[in-house]
Parts: sequence; structure tokens; C-alpha cells
Amino acid sequence: MSAEVKPRVRVPKTAAAGESIVIKTLISHVMETGTRKDSDGNVIPRQIINRFTCDFNGESVIDVNIEPAVSTNPYFEFEAVVPETGEFTFTWYDDNGEVYTTTAPVEVS
Amino acid sequence: MELTRRGALALGAGAALATLLPMRPANAAIEDRIAAFTGGADVGEGGITLNTPEIAENGNTVPVSVSAPGAVSIMMLAAGNPNPDVGVFNFGPLAATQAASTRIRLAGTQDVIAIAKMADGSFVQATNNVKVTIGGCGG
Repeated sequence: MSAEVKPRVRVPKTAAAGESIVIKTLISHVMETGTRKDSDGNVIPRQIINRFTCDFNGESVIDVNIEPAVSTNPYFEFEAVVPETGEFTFTWYDDNGEVYTTTAPVEVS
Repeated sequence: MELTRRGALALGAGAALATLLPMRPANAAIEDRIAAFTGGADVGEGGITLNTPEIAENGNTVPVSVSAPGAVSIMMLAAGNPNPDVGVFNFGPLAATQAASTRIRLAGTQDVIAIAKMADGSFVQATNNVKVTIGGCGG
């Protein structure tokens, strides 16, 4: 399972101080809703990403509580301000307890 | 059987009733969720923009975006889904705009609701109807 999960983020490499930048994130994940049934009629247990957070140098940009209605391979697009050079940390929390993180540096010129 | 004007009207009224009836319990669930989010406060209009496609061919991935300048958090609901919760976006101090886009699942044609909690503690709501050609809940 975890081998299939691959986070991808798109963040500009450089920005001006205080500029707002667009961040796009995607993670490959089945987002099993827990309402589907397999061919034998058994309910397939729920397994989704239930929370996604984005921080910049430890300060929060966005924190999303996710329910099963979010599509397979959850995609998020939002804007952030970068006060100084630093690093974005993106974290996804899986129902099965796994946590996926990735980082992206931004240089402020 | 010849379809008379009276017969057609009765048929139409019956069909409308049949589609409205199953919505009632879902609406109660929606109201519960809204009350839990707002704490029973009044929900106003305006100051929030919800962008959804008018017609979604595939209910499995419906692109939606919501924007509410000055909001601290935005809750999104899909009124016609088996589980109407979609998610709650909480914006931190480094969010440049209180806006986000994502892709959601819709079981069928229904209303998508977004409610924003503003920094001053007030709430605003926007509702869009989305027509879904193929539902996205595998049911």
C-alpha cells in the first residue's frame, strides 16, 4: 500500500518577500470510501487520507480535515505568503496511521 | 390508455413528491452538521464564492473551489452524498488568500454547500447545484 503512495507538490523555487504564491499538491491514494462493496458483497473497509497540512518554517498555511467525499488522489491548490527563505512541509495523515511528508524549499530574493 | 391533462398533472406531482421524500432525512443531517460547525449562530449570505461546474460528467472527480476573504475556516458539504461531509479547510497565518481548490465525489445531482467562519465569528454560506451524469460513490 504505502509503496503506491507518492506525494507530489508544485511550489515555485523563488519568490519575493511577502508575495503570494500558488501551491499545488497531489498524492496518489485510493481514498477508499468505506461505502463500496466487493464482488462478494462485503463492504470494503474505509481507508482515506483524513488530514492534510501545509506549514512554512513551522507556521501553518492550511490544515484540511478530509472526509471520504474527497476524490481518489486528493488534490489541493491554495496560496501562501513567504516572509523569508525557508521550507514548506506537507503532511498527509492516512487512516491506517501512516504519515506521508514531503518538503519544498523556497528562496526569497 | 390515453394520457389526459389531469392524468399527466397527477403523474408529475407524484414524481416530484417521490424525489422530494428521500431528501428529507438528508436535509436533517445537513442541518445537524451546519449547527455543529456554527454552534447555532445565524448564517448570512455574501462574502463567500463557491465555484462548481454546472454539469459534472463524472461524479468521481468534480473540481470545486471556494474562496472567502477573511475566513478562518471553511466547511464544505455535499447535501446528496451518503455521508454529506466533504472537509474543513482551516487557514493559518501564512495563507495568502482564504481560498482552496480540490476535487470531490458526488453521488448524484445535488447541492454543494460551503460555509465560512469569518475572523469576527460570523458565518456565511454559499450553495451551488451540480448536475451529475454518472455518480461517484460506486453504490
